[in-house]
Amino acid sequence: MDPRRFCVKCVLTLAALLVLVWASFSYLAIDLSPLLTVASVREMADYVLRFFPPDFTPVFLRKTVVATAETVAISAIGTLLAVAFGLLLALPAAGRFGGPARTGSRMLLNFLRSVPELVWAALMVIFAGLGPFAGTLALALHTTGVLGRLFGEALENAPPQPTLSLVESGAGAGMAFLYGTLPSTVPQLIAYSLYRWEMNVRMAAILGFVGAGGLGQLLYYEFSLLHERQACTVILAMLIVVIMIDAFSARARRTLAVAAA
Amino acid sequence: MPPAPSEATAEVLRDPAALRRVLWALAVMAALWPLLRLAEFRPASLFSRENLRVSMNFMASFLPPRVDADFLGLAGRATVETLAMASAGIALAIMVAAPLAFMITQSLSVSRIGPSRSRARAQGVRHGIRVLVVSLRGIPELVWALVLVRVFGLGPASAVVALGLTYGGMLAKVYAEILESSDTRPARALQEAGSGRVTALVYGLLPGAAQELVSYTMYRWECAVRASVVMGFVGAGGLGQLMDQSMKMLNGGEVSTVLVVFLALVLASEAISGGLRRMLA
Amino acid sequence: MSFELDAVEVRHGEARRALRAVSLSGRAGEQIAIIGPSGAGKTTLLRVLATSLRPTAGRVSVLGTDPWQVPASRLRRLRSAIGMVHQTPPLPPRQRVIDAIIAGRLGQWPAWKSLLSLLYPMDIAGPRDALARLDVAERLFDRCDRLSGGQLQRVAVARVLYQRPDLLLADEPVSALDPTLADRVARELQSESARRGISLVASLHAVDVALRWFPRVVGLRDGIILFDGPPAAVSDRMLHNLYAAESAGAERPASEPEAEVLTFRPSVRASRTV
Repeated sequence: MDPRRFCVKCVLTLAALLVLVWASFSYLAIDLSPLLTVASVREMADYVLRFFPPDFTPVFLRKTVVATAETVAISAIGTLLAVAFGLLLALPAAGRFGGPARTGSRMLLNFLRSVPELVWAALMVIFAGLGPFAGTLALALHTTGVLGRLFGEALENAPPQPTLSLVESGAGAGMAFLYGTLPSTVPQLIAYSLYRWEMNVRMAAILGFVGAGGLGQLLYYEFSLLHERQACTVILAMLIVVIMIDAFSARARRTLAVAAA
Repeated sequence: MPPAPSEATAEVLRDPAALRRVLWALAVMAALWPLLRLAEFRPASLFSRENLRVSMNFMASFLPPRVDADFLGLAGRATVETLAMASAGIALAIMVAAPLAFMITQSLSVSRIGPSRSRARAQGVRHGIRVLVVSLRGIPELVWALVLVRVFGLGPASAVVALGLTYGGMLAKVYAEILESSDTRPARALQEAGSGRVTALVYGLLPGAAQELVSYTMYRWECAVRASVVMGFVGAGGLGQLMDQSMKMLNGGEVSTVLVVFLALVLASEAISGGLRRMLA
Repeated sequence: MSFELDAVEVRHGEARRALRAVSLSGRAGEQIAIIGPSGAGKTTLLRVLATSLRPTAGRVSVLGTDPWQVPASRLRRLRSAIGMVHQTPPLPPRQRVIDAIIAGRLGQWPAWKSLLSLLYPMDIAGPRDALARLDVAERLFDRCDRLSGGQLQRVAVARVLYQRPDLLLADEPVSALDPTLADRVARELQSESARRGISLVASLHAVDVALRWFPRVVGLRDGIILFDGPPAAVSDRMLHNLYAAESAGAERPASEPEAEVLTFRPSVRASRTV
């Protein structure tokens, strides 16, 4: 494609989008101009200053560390549950039990995926009460949808020859799956699971906003009491957790890649 | 039938992987126990009398869903508000991301064409912008929304700004990547012929990368719709706030209606976004 | 009779017939080589014998059983007595050799034993001995993707030997091997057949190997058996007819399709058409 030729469709779409944006802003009646007065800028600066310095007293640091550990635990257990149930649902989703089961399980997985984690968390707080258990269940439900679909696709795309040759030598369907299909797909399944765990740590941090434990619950609590300095500490903790998880999983993926080579 | 053990050799054959597997299993179990405690993992508590009563009542109230005209009107308005939040948020994000991406994009660096005194300074500025972008992306938009609700009050403004900031960071990073990986020859040719960076970008780089840029932006809009619903839970309006209110009142009929509307909205936004992206491809 | 095919026909789709009115039978201990040009139907014939492909017409009897008239459990037991060596080793790359070999007896082991073997191999000496027969014993605990092509094919053969089948089938087992290795593997298959008195049916690319080593040679072309007898009776003219390129207007055999007819639920095989 000639890089210098503007695509007309892009221009038209852009125009339509601009109209949409203008309509959105006017519908919402968001008037950001008061923000630009000197008085309000100073007000906002004062407000930001209330966040500093963050509260580093041992008492609160301890609370933050516990909340961080809770967040990591929520993400770990939630992801683990999702791996188990996702694999279970991936079998029908890959067509192992016939057409209707495939459609049904895929619909279920889609539903689990589509509802955002926070909405699940709000629902689980009703069923399981406030606290990290609700967060764990919420992550488990949503991630089962995500992983179940990914696992199902991986299983469907697995090379069939190993499994077929095992059936040919008299193995039952279950054993042929365990010795033929699974070894071909396990590295992919692990990679998906680790990636999902990484994202779930971020998620676990904010599920607490609806009462599902972890750093989110602490942040919401301190914020509603107008303890901005404590809130700042918690936000810093969130940032650090995210950065550390990024680094850890980057290293994990490198070692896995080396081991696979 | 298992064969008799080989008599040709007396050596005991053991699987070298066995020890490693046992150690891994022990490590996992050792880590699992404190994690389960921290996550307060008590499945039995789901079936305690107290929880069960609340759960059963709530689930019973799911049907019939509330479909009277008043509530449907409320849900409809909330849906429009959510769409508007997402669109305005993405627009803001683009306005934030475009200049940032432009500054990050190495391919337009004048200093790249040849050695220059200001190269170190330019690198420094670029590095600083990258750090800014990472911190914008690192704080979840929900946290921004929570803080901004204090600044702007309840309502969609906080969601729009929150989206603008976080998605601005995300878009900046991806825009820069797209621009850097696209064909830079037209832009370089323009720069070598003496044109400024902006002109080189608009006439050299942008046309080739336009389709990918728009495609990613559409995908982010889809995500923004879902994120707008989520931000409603901290008071930013839209469908999320409606669902939050209904859940707090344990009104299952309203919750199921809003859930269905939400799922329809997600499907519709996926269809629109997918359709547009296919059309552009 | 080790196996008996009676007027077997295998049809792919509307017009293509991979096998037409093939009648072939073998006694226990016979060693039969199947030769013919590509697309002749050699693989299809072996798959019918392996009970992984159901013919559209004709009768099949393998090891005294009609595989398509018996319940699923009986079919599984029959299949565990049939060993098939494929042209390319059907081994998952990341699986270890020991697990790949053990998988050969999944049809014979009770479920608990197969499950436990996932954690710790329930039989190490057996696989080791099978590998030793093909000079790859030292690779017992290696991962399959660390092996060369020749070693991998030998592992696949070792798995079939470990299975101790009553009927040994091989689809171009040595095509991808260098001549020394090819001879080694072919001889190992034949000695297994001779030692245990089981039939061996192998399709071969290399006509000279077939004629040199096998006491009975079957020529297949376009799904029809052209000749069936000892090598001495195979004349150059017969070989020429077998491998001659088609004259204009004759039916061109397409390459054999990858019809995966093998199902996990043999109970539905009755409704499966080929």
